[in-house]
Amino acid sequence: MTFLPLRRLLLLLTLATMTTAAVAAGKTVTLLNVSYDPTREFYDAFNAAFATDWKRRTGGSVIINQSHGGSGKQARAIIDGLEADVATLALGYDVDALSVQGHLIAADWQKKLPYNSTPYTSTIVFLVRTGNPKGIRDWGDLIKPGVAVITPNPKTSGGARWNYLAAWAWAKSRPGGSDATAEAFVKALYRNVPVLDSGARGSTMTFVERGIGDVLLAWENEALLAVRELGAGKFQIVIPSQSILAEPPVTIVDRFVDKHGTRAVAEAYLRFLYAPEGQLLAAQHYFRPRDVAVGAKYTGQFPTVKLVTIDQAFGGWRAAQAAHFADGGSFDRIYEAY
Amino acid sequence: MQAALAPTIPFTARKPRRVLPGFGLSLGYTILYLSLVVLIPLAAIFLKTADLGWNRFLQVVGTPRVVAALELSFGAAAAAALVNTFAGLLVAWVLARYEFPLRRLVDALVDLPFALPTAVAGIALTALYAPNGLLGRLLEPLGIKVAYTPLGIVVALVFIGLPFVVRTVQPVLEDLDHEVEQAAATLGANGVQIFLRIVLPAVWPALLTGFTLAFARAIGEYGSVIFIAGNMPMRSEIAPLLIVTKLEQYEYAAATGIAVVMLLISFFLLLGINALQAWSQRRLLGTT
Amino acid sequence: MSAAKPRSNQGFGRAALVALALGYLALFLLLPFGVVFAQAFSRGLATYLHALTDPTARSAIWLTLTVAAIAVPLNLVFGVVAAWTVTKYDFRGKSALITLIDLPFAVSPVISGLIYVLLFGAHGWFGEWLYAHDIKVIFAVPGIVLATVFVTFPFVARELIPVMQAQGRDEEETALSLGATGWQTFRRVTLPNIRWGLLYGVLLCNARAMGEFGAVSVVSGHIRGLTNTMPLHVEILYNEYNATAAFAVASLLALLAIVTLAARAALESRAPELKRATKTAGGHP
Repeated sequence: MTFLPLRRLLLLLTLATMTTAAVAAGKTVTLLNVSYDPTREFYDAFNAAFATDWKRRTGGSVIINQSHGGSGKQARAIIDGLEADVATLALGYDVDALSVQGHLIAADWQKKLPYNSTPYTSTIVFLVRTGNPKGIRDWGDLIKPGVAVITPNPKTSGGARWNYLAAWAWAKSRPGGSDATAEAFVKALYRNVPVLDSGARGSTMTFVERGIGDVLLAWENEALLAVRELGAGKFQIVIPSQSILAEPPVTIVDRFVDKHGTRAVAEAYLRFLYAPEGQLLAAQHYFRPRDVAVGAKYTGQFPTVKLVTIDQAFGGWRAAQAAHFADGGSFDRIYEAY
Repeated sequence: MQAALAPTIPFTARKPRRVLPGFGLSLGYTILYLSLVVLIPLAAIFLKTADLGWNRFLQVVGTPRVVAALELSFGAAAAAALVNTFAGLLVAWVLARYEFPLRRLVDALVDLPFALPTAVAGIALTALYAPNGLLGRLLEPLGIKVAYTPLGIVVALVFIGLPFVVRTVQPVLEDLDHEVEQAAATLGANGVQIFLRIVLPAVWPALLTGFTLAFARAIGEYGSVIFIAGNMPMRSEIAPLLIVTKLEQYEYAAATGIAVVMLLISFFLLLGINALQAWSQRRLLGTT
Repeated sequence: MSAAKPRSNQGFGRAALVALALGYLALFLLLPFGVVFAQAFSRGLATYLHALTDPTARSAIWLTLTVAAIAVPLNLVFGVVAAWTVTKYDFRGKSALITLIDLPFAVSPVISGLIYVLLFGAHGWFGEWLYAHDIKVIFAVPGIVLATVFVTFPFVARELIPVMQAQGRDEEETALSLGATGWQTFRRVTLPNIRWGLLYGVLLCNARAMGEFGAVSVVSGHIRGLTNTMPLHVEILYNEYNATAAFAVASLLALLAIVTLAARAALESRAPELKRATKTAGGHP
């Protein structure tokens, strides 16, 4: 009985120290950037660059705290009260949720910054083992018998949704292609998937460390990272004839920047992503830059590939989500027949 | 059979109710703390699920995929708990009764699965049992696939539940009087007889407790299983993964719906085991 | 410990049992840990130490120790009281009460975190009030403590119940009839009898409190250097393709558990007479 007040007291003490610490920071501004998994290395470098730039321009100090995780999980955390100043997630659907489910940002958030609020892009490519023993050149090769494809579960992974939609868009663009042929194609593709990891990095580990599968469907930035850092000489990238323009969007979280009084610095932070220095860092971390001048320096790293956008091919994220990944959507139908 | 042996077991006879003071205080505190930490928070998932309404609830939890996942989760948990019950009793017995080199170290290592983050356990086990892993390489030629199959799930659950049975049975074995066993031995009973008639009845409640805990812990496990399961729908997809899937679609109520079903099944299974335990306890005591 | 000297003709069976038990432990326990330690040291001791002294690792270690230091005593007190209640009195609904105590084990870690989101999250029961007063529960330390308390809730109680059941109530009742108060009876009679069970319970509870991943992951917010516990830090490192550092931190968790266990062994060997006293006092009618 006598223990409860003590417990309360401890909780309150912890709270008190945490909030006073935030207030006492004084002139130093703190931002929280809630992001998804594959951007860790990029934002580590970018945050340092921005802090330097901000100090040079305004004389103030800025500390940027980072949180990384699965894109959907991160969006939920913000909706549930993780007070992010900026959100930099894997897909528009998750940022939309901040508006629809969370009422934290305006519905037209995507119009607030250039290029659909996406300062850098990526696409979906294939990672195969060196020498490409199964001769995988394009999407059509993925459904051949005996080819094991590694891709995460689109229900739990943002990256996997891009993979899925890229496959669908390719199949539909074939001569005589339709939604029906596309559905048959992805169904055949998933018959060749032996393991459905819950996230993109889990799939990369399955392919790289466990040696499972002949081809990994991956973000281009992840594939480049894997080739350069995980197994030099063990893997190579195959660029399919067509892929999807993966746009990981960024936004200010209006409700929380207003609460924290950090709108100005948060806006400057996101704008800096579009500045040449930010674009260069993005390119160095294997994200395709929007800036043409920066892009020109990295043409070797980012070969030209025919890209469809989610708006063209699927009428935007909300429609794509409802048609493919919601309960009873096309992905669920793949496994119904099992 | 047990009745004849009961007097030798160091249990005390049943006494009139509540001779000891402090019943109200200790029960009150127990229930208060239980309510604050467990019951009120869990009530939240029931209330959230109520948002669904009956029709949608049945729709969510009645799909073949959810049913398959529930069967897998409970089946694999039961299998793992059974393995741990037998193996755990053996380990507890060996640790409590025999002296052998490094016994203390082995004893100390038993708790380790709890300290290892479940995700790390999953990754380490997958590394071992994947076709290119240390054990997977040996098992593959025999046609045994562990990683990315339901068997892998059982292996992960055996690992995370390993300490439960050992640690519930061990203190009872250590407290158990050796003299009774020795007396039985001098009267000509062999090891198996002593074990079955003297040791087993005495550790039976603790053994059931250990099984219950290992089983309960395994039902909801997520972190370690996700790496080794392969997560194929209808085959190796566990129920907690479906909960995560629903959350990923921002369907909180559907997620808690699946959780409620798991919770209710768990509650009644555990209640059954605990009632069985209480009954066997009473039987042992009542016959004195 | 080895009071029973098995007779010589049991030597073979005994060796077989020991071998079987050790084989099982080697397969299911040592091999996975071997993997962890092998990975942790795969790039040498310097890398290993670097992984542990990195500022974000240090803050994760500190947070984990803090959380365990709050959660374990809370559940310790509860565990003793609950086990006493369940074993020393007869009342209706006892099995239901024990089952409710077990229940947190059966709750998926995903859900153990979610319940606090439903209570204290922005859209939760207390969400608006907390937001208005700028009190952070989830995505801050209090939420992590709550989730840990929930996950480790049953350990001490469940460890003690079988021990106290096996010991019965005779001694307490005798003490009372000799004029001791309830508190004296508990301190002088019950507590010495259950001290080993209690220790096991606390060790398990502590190990699990430090190692919990799933539930804490839901309520942490994953803010580097602020709300990351050791298990979460392990996940982050692993997701950064830094498996060596990830396993280094994981191995430290294992080592922390071993330290607490070594403390137990030291305690046991320093006070063997205590243990024997416990046994003879506890065992006989």
